Amino acid sequence: MAHAATHDHVAHDDHHDHKPQGFIARWCFSTNHKDIGTLYLIFSLLMFFIGGAMAMIIRAELFQPGMQLVEPDFFNEMTSVHALVMIFGAVMPAFVGLGNWMIPLMVGAPDMALPRMNNWSFWLLPVAFGLLLSTLFMPGGGPQGGWTLYPPLSLQGGNGIAFSILAIHVAGISSIMGAINIIATILNMRAPGMDLLKMPVFVWTWLITAFLLIAVMPVLAGAVTMLLTDKYFGTSFFNAAGGGDPVMFQHIFWFFGHPEVYIMILPAFGIVSEIIPTFARKPLFGYQAMVYATASIAFLSFIVWAHHMFTVGMPLGGELFFMYATMLIAIPTGVKVFNWVSTMWEGSMTFETPMLFAIGFVILFTIGGFSGVMLAIVPADFQYHDTYFVVAHFHYVLVTGAVFSIMAATYYWLPKWTGHMYSERWGKIHFWSSVISVNVLFFPQHFLGLAGMPRRIPDYNVAFADFNMISSIGGFWFGLSQLIFLGVVVHCAFFSKVKAPARVWEGAKGLEWEVPSPAPHHTFSVPPVLKPGMLAHDDVSH
Amino acid sequence: MNTVAAPTRNARGVVRITLIVSACAFLFGFAMIPLYRIACEQVLGIKLEDGPVTGRAVAAASVDTSRSVRIQFLASVNSKLPWTFAPEVTRIDVHPGELTEVWFDAANTSDAAIVGNAVPSVAPNTASAFFNKTECFCFTEQLLAAGEARRMPVRFIVDPALPRDVTELTLSYTFYENTDATRRVAETVGAPPHAG
Ligand code: HEM
Ligand SMILES: [Cu+2]
Repeated sequence: MAHAATHDHVAHDDHHDHKPQGFIARWCFSTNHKDIGTLYLIFSLLMFFIGGAMAMIIRAELFQPGMQLVEPDFFNEMTSVHALVMIFGAVMPAFVGLGNWMIPLMVGAPDMALPRMNNWSFWLLPVAFGLLLSTLFMPGGGPQGGWTLYPPLSLQGGNGIAFSILAIHVAGISSIMGAINIIATILNMRAPGMDLLKMPVFVWTWLITAFLLIAVMPVLAGAVTMLLTDKYFGTSFFNAAGGGDPVMFQHIFWFFGHPEVYIMILPAFGIVSEIIPTFARKPLFGYQAMVYATASIAFLSFIVWAHHMFTVGMPLGGELFFMYATMLIAIPTGVKVFNWVSTMWEGSMTFETPMLFAIGFVILFTIGGFSGVMLAIVPADFQYHDTYFVVAHFHYVLVTGAVFSIMAATYYWLPKWTGHMYSERWGKIHFWSSVISVNVLFFPQHFLGLAGMPRRIPDYNVAFADFNMISSIGGFWFGLSQLIFLGVVVHCAFFSKVKAPARVWEGAKGLEWEVPSPAPHHTFSVPPVLKPGMLAHDDVSH
Repeated sequence: MNTVAAPTRNARGVVRITLIVSACAFLFGFAMIPLYRIACEQVLGIKLEDGPVTGRAVAAASVDTSRSVRIQFLASVNSKLPWTFAPEVTRIDVHPGELTEVWFDAANTSDAAIVGNAVPSVAPNTASAFFNKTECFCFTEQLLAAGEARRMPVRFIVDPALPRDVTELTLSYTFYENTDATRRVAETVGAPPHAG
């Protein structure tokens, strides 16, 4: 199927592929968007398992009431570092990796706009997470005040906090550089004829996400810098004794924090919007509505931050404003869900693993959206705040949302990356095992929260025992299921014998399917010539 | 929109703009501190700075004997501060507009001089704008030598404009150790810390 688009590569696949020779030259000094994408994805998978191991410790301790296995300090380290590793080490780098691999392929660019900066932004990550994880072995331990680092609690431990803050700075610089690169690639490197409103939705969502990143990661950097100077240089930004205000940290943190949660979900929206049309064999319903909904979600995400702090004692007007603004977000989000369902409506659907994960995403993410709307109701939030209900909410949107979309994307594009098909049978086993266990894991946490079980506590009232045990069983099961994922990916990359065609999925549209599988080291060195029908959305703007 | 831009030419412009946006965002994080104060004090009517009210405001207030408001007092110390701290009376009924004086007692139970700062809070928070202190130990640092005890006054007036549905107010204080000031005191040992 690869015609004119890749005429420079069709004839001679790997021979003129000019991969750098030698392991170090190829991987450490790489400036190739595909290799860097691969590095990001491998790093993210590693962090997913490290963060997952911490979650297993948390669920093991919570298996029964009473203090069983670990010290409270260590438990607190686990909750804090689990979250930091999963957010900044697993989910965000996975999306950046997917963006690296796919955005140039999708817009017909030969590489990212700033290939050398790309190398930098990846290699900062191992530095950041090496630092963060090393704090676990320092006297006084790692951060114990939660990933939100609220002072004064977060400043009351040992000096590990200084290293954690430095790690956040470095990871933040990495994300900002990655975002700049993505913006430059999308704005400058599109193939002729690839108008903005013809771009795949995944590219659109990444463009908007990248703007969110450059707007809020520096705010986080500022907030943690102030923490650092409060602890070590005698400033009193947040120190009540010196005239500061700890609540102000929460405002600054959540001004970053709420857009951050959308940073972790907008690319997921994009992925699902690529996969569902492919397997429903129908164009995406409401392409432009998807783009505008994404943009309005991004805009609204800047004016809802205080829904994380309804209980700090805001004036009534503030509570009402943030309540209604938060509920407003449910509208563009609802538009998206409606469009995905309409895309499937009367489609000739097949249920390969990527589609299963995408459908799982739509259903389960929506449950997370519903609990979000419940939390947005101020008087209700007074009861739910800081309970397991919040934990259930954000794991539905982040695990069955963001993480499911990353897995869907992996299955969807893995044949394009490796040139081989993964095992559909084991992919399906992975899906069903994950989707059942994840609900066993997180659904009971709604009930625990409604009954009043506080989050981030290693021990609990015996009244909560049964649901916690169910949740822990679901947790171990979900954790083990991910070993299947690892197995499928490793098998596909190194052992699979089934060659993948250029257009891996029958209904797939877009430039990435015009190049052979595996995608050659260099693609689109000559810009592709767009033909009618090549793009998924080529007639929307006419 | 119809030609591929040579990457390097246009990328520079995008990089410049995005870097400026990032730098502004970084500064905005710091700017939120004054902005927050302005928003609270000018727009939302929340009192942050807890300085004494001016004599003029006090003189202007006329006593509203038609009703009385019950004021409750709470005192606590942050767990890191080895002090005891308590109000002498736990509740008192006052008329709005009436100047009232109450006393709190603090004692340093450790064997070193420590500087503490008391942070006040008024509940319900919507009424805090109507609670005016003319004098308070919370306006200044309090230095207590090892084992020293001190009686400290608070003088306040409840603004007669207090909404009528508020019949009870709680004034609470938490004492925190001011570590920097304590360190400064420790560095000037020799001169025994003078309570002031
Ligand atoms: C309809 C959309 C949503 C609404 C209305 C909503 C609302 C809320 C509210 C009100 C809270 C605060 C609860 C509390 O602490 O008492 C919250 C917490 C949270 N939400 Fe959402 N949310 C939505 C979607 C999302 C999405 C898409 C994500 C991420 C992908 C997300 C991630 C989180 C996280 C991580 C927290 C907890 C943060 C923490 O305290 O550690 N939410 N949400
Ligand atoms: Cu939020």
